[in-house]
Amino acid sequence: MQETATASPTVKETLIGQRVRKPDAPDKATGKTRYINDMVLPQMLIGKVLFAGRPHARIVRIDTGAAQKLPGVHAVLTGKDVAELRFGFVRDNVALKDKVRCEHDEIAAVAAETEEIACRALELIEVEYEDLPGVFSPEAGAREDAPQIHDRFPGNKSLAFEFRHGDLAAAEAASELIVDNVFRPHHVTHCCMGTSCAIADFDHNGKLTIWTQTQYPYNYKMDLAPALGIHPGDIRVIQPPVGGAFGSKLDVYPYEPIAALLARKTGRPVKVMYSREEEFKASPTRQAAIIHMRTGCTRDGVLTFRTADVLLDNGAYTSWGPTIPVIMMRTTSGHYRVPVVDFKAQAIYTNNPYAGSFRGYGNVQTTWATAQQMDMLAEMVDIDPLEFHLKNAQRSGEVTPQRSFLRECALVECLETAATASDYSRKRKEYAALRDAPGRYKKGIGLASSIHNAGGAKIHKSDGIGTILKMDDYARVTVITGASEIGQGIDAVITLIVAEELGVPLEHVTLVNNDSDVAPWDVGVHASRTTFIAGNGTRRAARKAKAQILNAAAKMLEESPEDLDLRAGSVVRNTDGAALIKLERVLRQMHFQAEPELVMVTDYYEPKSEPEGAAHVSDHSAAYSHAVHIAEITVDTLTGEIKVDKVTVAQDVGRVINRMGLEGQIEGGLAIGLGYALSEDMRIENGMLKNACFRDYKLITAPEMPPLDLHFIESHCAEGPYGAKGISELPTIVIAPAIANALYNATGVRIFDPPMSPEKVARAIFERCAPAGSGAVEPRLAGTAA
Amino acid sequence: MKSVLRITVNGRAREDAVAANALLLDYLRDGLGLTGTKQGCDGGECGACTVLVDGRPRLACCTLAHSVADGTVETIEGLAHNGRLSRLQRAFHEHLGTQCGYCTPGMIMAAEGLLRTEPRPDRDTIRTALAGNLCRCTGYVKILDSVEAAVQAGEEAA
Repeated sequence: MQETATASPTVKETLIGQRVRKPDAPDKATGKTRYINDMVLPQMLIGKVLFAGRPHARIVRIDTGAAQKLPGVHAVLTGKDVAELRFGFVRDNVALKDKVRCEHDEIAAVAAETEEIACRALELIEVEYEDLPGVFSPEAGAREDAPQIHDRFPGNKSLAFEFRHGDLAAAEAASELIVDNVFRPHHVTHCCMGTSCAIADFDHNGKLTIWTQTQYPYNYKMDLAPALGIHPGDIRVIQPPVGGAFGSKLDVYPYEPIAALLARKTGRPVKVMYSREEEFKASPTRQAAIIHMRTGCTRDGVLTFRTADVLLDNGAYTSWGPTIPVIMMRTTSGHYRVPVVDFKAQAIYTNNPYAGSFRGYGNVQTTWATAQQMDMLAEMVDIDPLEFHLKNAQRSGEVTPQRSFLRECALVECLETAATASDYSRKRKEYAALRDAPGRYKKGIGLASSIHNAGGAKIHKSDGIGTILKMDDYARVTVITGASEIGQGIDAVITLIVAEELGVPLEHVTLVNNDSDVAPWDVGVHASRTTFIAGNGTRRAARKAKAQILNAAAKMLEESPEDLDLRAGSVVRNTDGAALIKLERVLRQMHFQAEPELVMVTDYYEPKSEPEGAAHVSDHSAAYSHAVHIAEITVDTLTGEIKVDKVTVAQDVGRVINRMGLEGQIEGGLAIGLGYALSEDMRIENGMLKNACFRDYKLITAPEMPPLDLHFIESHCAEGPYGAKGISELPTIVIAPAIANALYNATGVRIFDPPMSPEKVARAIFERCAPAGSGAVEPRLAGTAA
Repeated sequence: MKSVLRITVNGRAREDAVAANALLLDYLRDGLGLTGTKQGCDGGECGACTVLVDGRPRLACCTLAHSVADGTVETIEGLAHNGRLSRLQRAFHEHLGTQCGYCTPGMIMAAEGLLRTEPRPDRDTIRTALAGNLCRCTGYVKILDSVEAAVQAGEEAA
C-alpha cells in the first residue's frame, strides 16, 4: 500500500474489474483452514447410517438388540422412533424409513465412540426385508399397473408444470420446417471433494446447533425443523468451510436430521460424515429427464413455435430436482424469440436415486435440447447457424412469453464476438466438406448459446439479503452478511466492493457470514444470484457508512460533504484529490466527540423482481444473461473419442467485478459441463448404482481441460452492482450442446442421450457409415463383450 | 496392536505408538492433528491426501503408517517456513489456484513433488503430474497457472 500523506490521484482509481485475490486462499493453501470434515468437538460421537441396499422393499423386522449392547454404542435409532416426522418439499421424506423406496434409504442409525465401533454396530443390526417389484423409469412408473411407491401419491405422480402461450395450431400450420426429437439427459452427481457432513448438538434449553455444509442457512431452518419436531427458531446454523456444494446443499437430506436425532438421544454432539461410496449413493443427483421437443420455423429461418413435453424421473423422494421445470420452461420459451410455446412436465416417482439442484438447474437439460434443435433447423433452412441464431436473437428491451424482461440483452454481441474470435463460419464449412473424406480423425466446430437468470430468481417469498456493516476505531471494516461462501468467491467480491466504496485496503475488510444467529437473512447461494444480490447489499451498506463518515468529516473540516471522498485510507477533496485527514482519525473523533457516533449501518436489499407465481408469467429475476460457447473438437472415428481442442466463450457478465474470480467461475463451471458432456454417467441398474467411485465415474482431469478463450461482454445492467450480472451457471449449461453440434459438424452424427461417450459416438458413426443390412461388422475393441 | 513408529514429520523426529493397520492418512489427521491432508475418496482415486514421503508424492490413504517407518514425511503444513508461504502456496493465492480449497493441499504437494525432480516443467508436464488430483471447482486452469507462476518465481529467485 502506497503512503499518500499529501496527495492522492485526482482521478479515482477503481477496483471494479481488477484481479482481486481470495482472502481465504492463504489458509487454504497452507492446510490451516478447518473444514467441517476436519472438526472434532469434545465428547463428540460418530454417527453412521445403515442403508437399505435394495431399491423397493417392505421392512418385515428390525432387531437392533445386539448393536445396542456393543460397548461404545450410545444410541441406535430406527424408523419407529421418527415415523411421523415428515419433511421435504411435499413432505414425502423422513429421516429413517419404515419402507424402502430406494437403494440409499436410511433404515437405522447408530452413534458410537469411534467410527470403527459405529460400523461394527451397523453390522449387528438385523433387518428382514420383503422385496417388492420396482419402478426404474418414469415411463414404467406412469403405467396403470405400476407398483405404487408412496401411498399418498397415486399413479406415482409427483410435481407437474404447464405453460402455454399463443396459438399452437396456427403456428404449426405456418411452419415450413419442424424438428422433432426426444432427448434423454442422464443422472450425474455433484462430486464435491469434501463429502457430506453434519455435526449436531443440543443445549439444555432444547436449542439445536448444527454445523452444516448448507448453502441456504435460513430456509434450511424451516426445512430441518419438521424432521425433528422442533421450532425453526430453535435452530442455530453454523457453516464452517466446505469442500464444494454446486447446488447439492440447497435442501435438507436425511443425514442431517439423523445427526440431530442422535445428538438429542445421546445428549452429546454427533458427527455424521459420508465415505465417498456413500456420497455417490446417497447424495442428490442432477435431475434426469426425457424431453420430447419440437421447434418450428419458416423457410426464411424465423422461429414459429417450440413445444416441450417433459417426463422427469422423480426418484424416490421429492427434493429440488423435479422443480426444475420452473427454469426449463423459461429456456423453452425464452431461448431466442419464440412466439408460441407449449410446455408441460410431469415428474413420476421411481425407485431410483433422487435429484436435487445442481449448477445449471434445469437449464443444462433444456439447452441440451434447444441448442441442438437450433443447429438442426439452421441446416434445414440451409443457412449458417450463426446467421440463423442472429435472425432469431432478442435485443435489449424485449420481453419473453413468460414476461422475462431482457432489459440489457447482449446476445447478438455474444454471438458475433465468439464467432469472429473462433473463425466459426469458415471452419464449419471446411469441416463439413471434409466429413466424408478419408481419414480416421475428423475436426468439428459447434456453436451453442443459452439464456439464464442473472439476478436471482424469486421462487421464494423473498430473494433479498440483509447486510450489517460496522467500522472500528482503526478503520477496519466488518461485513456481517447472509451471503454464504462455498468456494465461489463472494468473499473476494464483498471485500472488493467495500474497498472500492470506503477507500480502505482490501486486507482491512473482514467477513462474518457463517452463523445464522449473527448474520441476517439471505435466501442462499443459488440461481447465479450472490454477486448480484450480495453485491448490491454490500454496496448499499457501504454507501450508507460513507455518507455518515463524510457528513462527520465535513463538519470537522468545515467543508461540504459533496466535495469530499474516501480514498486510500483518507478523506480527500474531490477536486484535487488532496488528503485532508486520515479515515481512522475521523472515526475516532466521531466516536469520542461530545455527541458520539459509531459507524454501524444496516441494509436490507430486495431486488425488483416478481414472484414466480403459479401461472409462471412474471419477471422473476432482476436480470437475465446469455452466453455463447463455440467448441472445436477432434473425433477419433474408430474409438469414438472426442478431444476438445478449444472452447471460445462469450458471456454477457453485465460488468466485470473481480476479473480473476469471474474467470475462475467460468473455467470451473465449464469443466463440470465438460464432464456432463463427455464422461460422467451414474450407471443405475434396477435402482442400484454400479459405479460409486471415481475410478468408474469419470470426472474431467487436468490433461483433458482444453484451452479456453474467454470474452466478457459488458451490457451494464442497470439494477446490478456497478452493472454486473450473475454469471456462474451459464458456463455449465452451454458447453455440452456446443460439443454435440461440433460432433455433428465433424461426423454427421447426433447424440441425444448424454454423455457423448466413446461407445455411443463410435456406434453412431458406425451406424451412419454402415446402415443396418449392409453386412458390415461393427468393430469391437479386444476384450469387450458383445 | 500398536507399536512404536519412528518417523520424521515436517522436519521433526517423532516416536509414536501407532496401530499396525493405521493408514498414514489417519495417523497424520487423527494422531497428529495435521488435518491439512484431506480424505476425498475411499482409496487412491482423488489425490486429496497427497503428501511427500522422502521427497516423492505419495497417497497417504493407500499407505500404511508403519510402511514409511524411519522415513521423512512432509505435509502441506510443513511447506510454509516461519509463517512465510512457499512459492507454490503464494502462487495459489495470487492466481486463484484455490476455490473451495479442499483439493488444494494435495495439488500443492503433488506440484511440490514435481518441482523437486523437475524445477522447470512446461505446462503439459505439470498437467500430467497433476492428472491424479481431482478438482471440482476450478477446471484446473488457474491451478496450472499457479504452478507455472511458482516455476517462474523459482527461476527469478535462482
